[in-house]
Amino acid sequence: MMENMKLIADHLVYEYNKGTNQTVRALDDVSFVIHPGEFLGLIGHTGSGKSTLVQHLNALLRPDGGTIYYDGADVFEKSYDRKALRGKVGLVFQYPEHQLFEETVFKEVCFGPNNMGLDIKEVEQRAYAAIARVGLTEECLDQSPFDLSGGQKRRVAIASVLAMQPEILVLDEPTAGLDPKGRDELLSMIMDLRETEGISIVLVSHSMEDVAEYVDRIIVMDKGKILYDDTPKVVFAHAKELEAIGLSAPQVTYILQDLKSAGLDVDTTGITLAEARNTILEALHWKG
Amino acid sequence: MLRDITIGQYYSADSVLHRLDPRTKLVGTLIYLVSLFLFATPLVYVPATLFLMIVIFSSKVPFGYMVKGLKPVLFLLLFTVLMNMIFVKGEVIATIWKIEITKEGLKQSLLMGARLILLILGSNVMTLTTTPTRLTNAMESVMRPLKLIRVPVHEIAMMMSIALRFIPILLDETDKIMKAQMARGADFESGNLVKKAKSLIPVLVPLFISAFRRANDLAMAMEARCYHGGEGRTQMKPLRYTGRDYAAYMILLLYLAGVIVTGKYSTEVLDWIGVR
Repeated sequence: MMENMKLIADHLVYEYNKGTNQTVRALDDVSFVIHPGEFLGLIGHTGSGKSTLVQHLNALLRPDGGTIYYDGADVFEKSYDRKALRGKVGLVFQYPEHQLFEETVFKEVCFGPNNMGLDIKEVEQRAYAAIARVGLTEECLDQSPFDLSGGQKRRVAIASVLAMQPEILVLDEPTAGLDPKGRDELLSMIMDLRETEGISIVLVSHSMEDVAEYVDRIIVMDKGKILYDDTPKVVFAHAKELEAIGLSAPQVTYILQDLKSAGLDVDTTGITLAEARNTILEALHWKG
Repeated sequence: MLRDITIGQYYSADSVLHRLDPRTKLVGTLIYLVSLFLFATPLVYVPATLFLMIVIFSSKVPFGYMVKGLKPVLFLLLFTVLMNMIFVKGEVIATIWKIEITKEGLKQSLLMGARLILLILGSNVMTLTTTPTRLTNAMESVMRPLKLIRVPVHEIAMMMSIALRFIPILLDETDKIMKAQMARGADFESGNLVKKAKSLIPVLVPLFISAFRRANDLAMAMEARCYHGGEGRTQMKPLRYTGRDYAAYMILLLYLAGVIVTGKYSTEVLDWIGVR
């Protein structure tokens, strides 16, 4: 059973501002599993504990209660090599500005694998592969990462984590601030990554559309607790409950519901554009 | 890790001390700091410690939180104590290897240590109970007479408040940057000094870039709101003394008198309580 569970979060508890009168419980008894090759979506309102949670996945934060098992080993055990863990659970933060520092994109991407102590040949090989992987062109290699556009910077940040060849890739709001085209490109790149490399992906997002379109499973967080942990269809069937915690179902789902109440016989469980189109066409066809 | 630094940070609570006029607290802190240096006899630390304890207690800031503020200066503290212990000449009471520890040195180092701790805690009380804005308002108001000799008081106060405001922001940012680099396998702990210093480059570069960007944005925002310095500028919440502040000044004077009495007549006081 163990090999079917890459990472297990076991009753995590985490508090900010401990020992003051403003203690905030950011994680409250959070447990879940990440399977190999899975595409997991993590959604929640601002302050629901998403970002705190992802920082536990690669042991950047130490929980006040509970623990994380990676490949069956407790990562907060004293002798556990947490630095190596960070190569296996690659975490890409939201703002690439927080990590870009090298003179060239190539050197920037080499930073990760370099820290793993690989030999120079392997490092460069991995860097080239990762840069190609995220769709950056060769001209970018010798450019300064600070001269790139927002979307390109984000790709550099992702490449620099990918170059460590993680088994789980965690992306914290990778599409925030990108235009629709950049967003689609980035997400299909990530999708492609999972299909060709078979790595698990955790996507933290604000956008219900992104999540509905791509992920296999959704975890909904609210006030530090897990509210739902299920397939997108099941989760988005709870549109009312999601709205109560400041989230929503995808836009197309609302359109389908409106169509239904207007008398068109459509399937309201559709959550992606493609599903909506099919069910609408079907309904019209049957009618006509 | 970086969140542990409490120096210069505000701790919000509702206490008498929080509600005091910031000028009172500023002047009070100054008087307190001066009182620590007035006399060299150990006896004055009794009223000084007592006074600080009462103040800390009434501030509603947890004592543990207050003590955490000593952490960053621990090295300085130990260094001062050790230096005094080793280098003050006098009656030798112990010899370790070639280092002679003298009675005077021991006494001096303990005094110095106590003085430093009280100094830091005393000024911590002020910053923990006063928001940076109010504190700089107080400074501006206290330094106002200097305007006569063309000291740009308002500008200095503004610079101070911006600097203070940026401390928590930049600390937070440093924390985020360090995490982002650690997620890419950076290691800030192991290795020798050179390696450690080198490992800071990936933190310092993004930090400086972000600091400059923030400074730029701030300047732009100030310009957009037509900020043009102190001339003719009024305040939204002008500082006003209330009964509470006069009471605080009275208590301060009493404390100062107490310190002077214990300092001046330390031998008599010791005789009186019968220790000696």
